[in-house]
Amino acid sequence: MSERRPLLAVIGAGPAGLAATVAAAARGVRVMLIDSAAEAGGQFYRQPARGLGARRPEALHHQWRTWERLRAGLDTHVDAGRVTHLSDRHVWCVERESGALVVHALLGPRQTESAAVRADAVLLATGAYEKVLPFPGWTLPGVVTAGGAQALLKGGLSLPGRTAVVAGTGPLLLPVATGLAAAGAQVVALVESAGPKGLARGARAGAAAPAKLAEGAAFAARLAYRRIPVMTRHAVLEAHGVERLESVTVAALDADGRPVPGSQRRLSCDTLAVGHGLLPHTDLADGLGCRLDGPGVWVDAEQRTDVPGVWAAGETTGVGGATLSLAEGHIAGRSAAARLTGRIPDPDGWAPAARTRDRLRAFFTALDAAYAAQPVRWAEQVTAETVVCRCEEVSAGAVRESVDALGAGDLRTVKLLTRAGMGWCQGRMCEPGVAGVAGCALTPARRLLARPVPLGVLADAPTDPPATP
Amino acid sequence: MNPLRLVRARPGAPFTVTFDNREIQALPGQSLAAALWSSGVTAWRTTRGAERARGVFCGIGVCFDCLVTVDGRPDQRACLVPAAPGAVVRSQAGTGHDE
Ligand SMILES: Cc1cc2nc3c(=O)[nH]c(=O)nc-3n(C[C@H](O)[C@H](O)[C@H](O)COP(=O)(O)OP(=O)(O)OC[C@H]3O[C@@H](n4cnc5c(N)ncnc54)[C@H](O)[C@@H]3O)c2cc1C
Ligand code: FES
Repeated sequence: MSERRPLLAVIGAGPAGLAATVAAAARGVRVMLIDSAAEAGGQFYRQPARGLGARRPEALHHQWRTWERLRAGLDTHVDAGRVTHLSDRHVWCVERESGALVVHALLGPRQTESAAVRADAVLLATGAYEKVLPFPGWTLPGVVTAGGAQALLKGGLSLPGRTAVVAGTGPLLLPVATGLAAAGAQVVALVESAGPKGLARGARAGAAAPAKLAEGAAFAARLAYRRIPVMTRHAVLEAHGVERLESVTVAALDADGRPVPGSQRRLSCDTLAVGHGLLPHTDLADGLGCRLDGPGVWVDAEQRTDVPGVWAAGETTGVGGATLSLAEGHIAGRSAAARLTGRIPDPDGWAPAARTRDRLRAFFTALDAAYAAQPVRWAEQVTAETVVCRCEEVSAGAVRESVDALGAGDLRTVKLLTRAGMGWCQGRMCEPGVAGVAGCALTPARRLLARPVPLGVLADAPTDPPATP
Repeated sequence: MNPLRLVRARPGAPFTVTFDNREIQALPGQSLAAALWSSGVTAWRTTRGAERARGVFCGIGVCFDCLVTVDGRPDQRACLVPAAPGAVVRSQAGTGHDE
């Protein structure tokens, strides 16, 4: 292995990061693939832990062939010394230091020690996390995010509960409902706040093959096969229970997005898997000063951010599923490899991926618009006692008071007056909920560190010129 | 059907961790959250303010709802920490620092 080969650090080993790693390594650069998980795969290709000895992991997945190809590609490049896969590394910051980019990561599950890697360029493929809007009872044990239920199942072969309601909105609810049912949970209902058309489109998006209309029908068939009742244009109004979840109240929504009087029903369940879409992880891009475009990182046609030497791909640039992430990762990897080896990239080389990307981005933009056209007046259902900021236990009443009585007009002021968003998660979970309840615009807070860092680690950090304030 | 049968798992030897002085079985590779859920435990923390029960929520290390004390160290995210044979896991009250 030549030491003079440029080094690309890819952060995130999901579909985007894996596609980027394989594409870049095949084109003459060394790649350091860094991920917080023990195994490659990200959220979509999350694998049962090795010790669980799964002989048929594909039973919990779709698009398994693509995973096998990616995995084989990664193994080949690792064996040849072109790729180093650093697992169990939680990147908390990337900084520029005299021409190079330095990636700082906490090590292992304990996360008390940090190590740094210098690279010539960085590719951010950190994916997304789930958005959950608050409702009375959403802090009860037994209420989990839809993706969290999926992660426990795919990664730990652990079934959250026996009887589950899957609720909220968006394409992710479909694989979660069918996955839980396949693994033996009784899925009492799939409750989707969009209308039937939204669900059909979501099914196609979830299958990530909008070209093939048949894929949408496949999800519908799986729901029917598992006998999962589907309630479209319905929402969970409240979760009930004392120490843990016992039941939920669901209701039909009218054209304005309000519960239809008299349509309330109680469903018994010990688990509620709930999600209202995904939000891109943008902390590392933020720290580097990359421009954001809406909730995601802005990129050009080559997947370059506006900061030289920094590429981004997958859901960190905007949410759109695994196939879009693969296409973006492929393009980003090829672009980075060309630029790092002093060549001008030739977009003709990645034309098929670019077509897939453009088609899927357009599709997801239309999908978002279709969902947005069906209002849900969820904030009206949030009672004064409902906790909206889970970490700091700030109630909706306190948030409303900060607006009505104290004159807060933006998220930052609400935060300063109530502490909503100041806790452990730094507002990641409560930002959309607090903004909705306060009635102000959602302006994502800038988080300087992507992970909580022990003070000892910061104290030991080199005292080189500090980053710009 | 259960998840292990669905993927035809042949897990390595199960082991125990103690959770609030009771023994809980875990499989190699499972996170503490997965092991606790599999044993029917859904809450292992009470909040600092209202002392409400909490367990796993996001499942991927973002929300910090799943904090737990492991081998005397508080504030560990159960969804990220792998279960280790003999680990002493205790539910956490508040910040976990005032015991
Ligand atoms: C919990 C969850 C479960 C999901 N399950 C499904 C599903 O079953 N089916 C489906 O169709 N879609 C699912 N999705 C949607 C999923 O986000 C996309 O389909 C796809 O995985 C996106 O690919 P990606 O490469 O952009 O990001 P991801 O697959 O999310 O990969 C990002 C990777 O980056 C790592 N990472 C992030 N930040 C850091 C950091 N600071 N340091 C080190 N590593 C970091 C993460 O550990 C992860 O491995 C899920 C989403 C979530 C949030
Ligand atoms: S469940 Fe959210 S951090 Fe563990």
